Amino acid sequence: MATDIRIDYYPTHEQQGIKFRRGHALPFGATMVPNGINFSIYSSEAIDCTLVLFERGEDAPFAEIRFPEEFRTGNVYSMIVFDLDYERLEYGYRMDGPFKPELGSRFDKSIILSDPYAKAIGGRDSWLATPNWDNIYPYRSRLVFEDFDWENDHPLETPIEDLVIYEMHVRGFTKHPSAEVKNPGTFAAIRSKIAYLKDLGINCVELMPIYEFDEWENSKENPVTGGLIVNFWGYSTVNFFSPKAGYAATGKFGMQVDELKTLIKELHKNGIEVMLDVVFNHTAEGDHRGHTISFRGIDNKTYYMLTPEGYYFNFSGTGNTLNCNNPVVRNMVLDCLRYWAADYHIDGFRFDLAAILGRDQNGAPLSNPPLLESLAYDPILAKCKLVAEAWDAGGLYQVGSFPAYGRWAEWNGKYRDSIRKFLKGDEGLIGEIAQCIQGWPDLYQYRGPTASINFISCHDGFTLYDIFAYNEKHNEANGENNNDGGNDNHSWNCGVEGETDDELINKLRHKQIKNALSILMVSQGVPMILSGDEVGVTKYGNNNTYCHDNELNWLDWGLLDKNSDIYYFTQRITRFRRAHPVLRSRTHLQHRDYVGSGSPDISFHGTQAWSPDFSSSSRCLAFMLDGAHAKTGTIHDDSIYVAMNSHWDALYYELPKLANGMQWYLAVNTDMPSGQDIYGIGEEPVLGDQNSFLVGGRSTVILIGK
Amino acid sequence: MKVTLTDREEITVVEVSGDIDSKTAPEFERNAKLATEKSLKIAIDLTDVEFMSSAGLRVLLMVYRNIKSQNGKVILVGVSEEIQDVMSTTGFINFFKIVEKVDEAIVILKQD
Repeated sequence: MATDIRIDYYPTHEQQGIKFRRGHALPFGATMVPNGINFSIYSSEAIDCTLVLFERGEDAPFAEIRFPEEFRTGNVYSMIVFDLDYERLEYGYRMDGPFKPELGSRFDKSIILSDPYAKAIGGRDSWLATPNWDNIYPYRSRLVFEDFDWENDHPLETPIEDLVIYEMHVRGFTKHPSAEVKNPGTFAAIRSKIAYLKDLGINCVELMPIYEFDEWENSKENPVTGGLIVNFWGYSTVNFFSPKAGYAATGKFGMQVDELKTLIKELHKNGIEVMLDVVFNHTAEGDHRGHTISFRGIDNKTYYMLTPEGYYFNFSGTGNTLNCNNPVVRNMVLDCLRYWAADYHIDGFRFDLAAILGRDQNGAPLSNPPLLESLAYDPILAKCKLVAEAWDAGGLYQVGSFPAYGRWAEWNGKYRDSIRKFLKGDEGLIGEIAQCIQGWPDLYQYRGPTASINFISCHDGFTLYDIFAYNEKHNEANGENNNDGGNDNHSWNCGVEGETDDELINKLRHKQIKNALSILMVSQGVPMILSGDEVGVTKYGNNNTYCHDNELNWLDWGLLDKNSDIYYFTQRITRFRRAHPVLRSRTHLQHRDYVGSGSPDISFHGTQAWSPDFSSSSRCLAFMLDGAHAKTGTIHDDSIYVAMNSHWDALYYELPKLANGMQWYLAVNTDMPSGQDIYGIGEEPVLGDQNSFLVGGRSTVILIGK
Repeated sequence: MKVTLTDREEITVVEVSGDIDSKTAPEFERNAKLATEKSLKIAIDLTDVEFMSSAGLRVLLMVYRNIKSQNGKVILVGVSEEIQDVMSTTGFINFFKIVEKVDEAIVILKQD
């Protein structure tokens, strides 16, 4: 039947009863073709390559087929093998070549290597299931069905300024027993919580790494609990094209691809975009002492940045650095992202330690990095959001200067630090806060506010609650004598380190969380909240919980009741943002009236209207956004006035007058108890005193003028 | 795996027993295709199927798409709880009506 399609689909060779022939050099990886599978892999230095075939889960291969010399095109080995059971097949390669580490070559044909282009990896099919440590091939390349019935699904292409991003961990989100789901910790379980995400008012989930990684990597005993320390976060990629099987309820059946695609399709149906946190700065192979899984044994010099002595540059802080601006690796990254965008309908990518992607092959920062440029101009990725974590562990800090090509946004670490310092009451920050709430025009003058992903907390560092409950990090449980994790937390414990029964302190902490969420949601740019912050989750002062598969990372759904005021507040403040286009400008505000409304698009105020105090001792700032200027005057919105008071005393703020008989209504007052701290859209009470407002100590007030 | 086709008036019942995996899926697919050529109302009886792999689920979806494009109808019968779980987590279940007994499927198919 299908063999008739091409005149050359017949076997030419046979070995151990297995029939094969010369294959296609492209595409790389293993691809189903009529009656067979096309295998293609490249290595710039190998002198010999052997395809190794396993029946799923078997200890020993059932065949090893050496690529005949005539099957090689340039540096690419390709072969079609006929009559293989593609669902039961696991495959790998042996590569022969020089072992001269000082020259960067680390070939070892005794090791079976995983295909960098494999679409699924077998071996870690169920989370933390004890592996067979004697396995001669622990991370096995597999094929997947690349068809999926998407029906009419399509990436949502929500304008980036309209997103409210929710950063979450697949397993952490539903693993806690209180989640009460059928398959805790899986893609399927997230699907059963979509109603929750929708209620929360977010419209984009950013999934922490879901590329296949090994949770057993560097596992050891927890010095505090005696339990196991594992790689929970997953910032250590084994394969860039494969979703983590252990995150799928059906991973044990090899159906993780269908399960993940079904989740994405369902999220899209509910108006929620999916962004992936991708880790292209290093791999799970570690430094010269690490395991050889794939890249190192296939083409060490191509895939990694090496020192002149053949050691690994360590700009990632994890042992090695992927050689992203090598043209071959660059193409792999591009192939990978295109695959996720086209085959998984991914809406955007957040690049971990992205400054590395702008370094040349010797580690020097490039002014015009070809990889970043390729991604920015790629036709398949054209509508995807591209977000950089614009720094790396090698000291390159590019917030504001990351090469953007009009496309790239970035995690604004300065926003995080400034807001934290302001909320704890530090002086000299009013100028920075004014930048924060405008999408930091001084940093992103030509890129617009949408370049700024605003956040106050993320997976890395304190949770929002812990910012107001701990002065110092408490990372003893990580087993590194509290030496890991950042020390610049800009946090304040409100009087007592850690948990307390003191009602006043707990009240202040809740208020500070609401202050933070309020400022985040009224800032121009793109807000991101960390999963769990909506219910005041604590990690007990641990600011680097990468290694804990326990309550430190599992969202406790019981907090929905315990901290119902925070949850209620978050649900409403996200809606407030989404209801008011004046908060979501695509271009920078201009500080002038260009629509003739009588008021500039943005104006700053202090305790006196029209008279902001930018002096170094000031802890007060208010601003007004003129509704007639919403979306550069194309939409009419209410006007919004925000008063921020980080002084410990309550202060009267004089309110700017509204034109045309409009009045001020109260939307948010974080100083008030739950129920009166935030009002639903259209339910805001009119102010009795239209001239001034007493803003409580360490409080935020939001008014709407209509 | 064994597949039997039975005509019940205008309805074709495809009865499968054994595992449906990538080895047996082509045989299942061939029979399912035969059924869709004979009838636009199909009941697929999976009461005696304990395991169905990704390849098997894909055959089911192909049958569904084929029948639907001709305004026909397909009902699955006796799907084990485990297979239903897999179908549910991977999204396949959304396309199908599932009943417990062949007679139920016949009644529903006759109504249309």
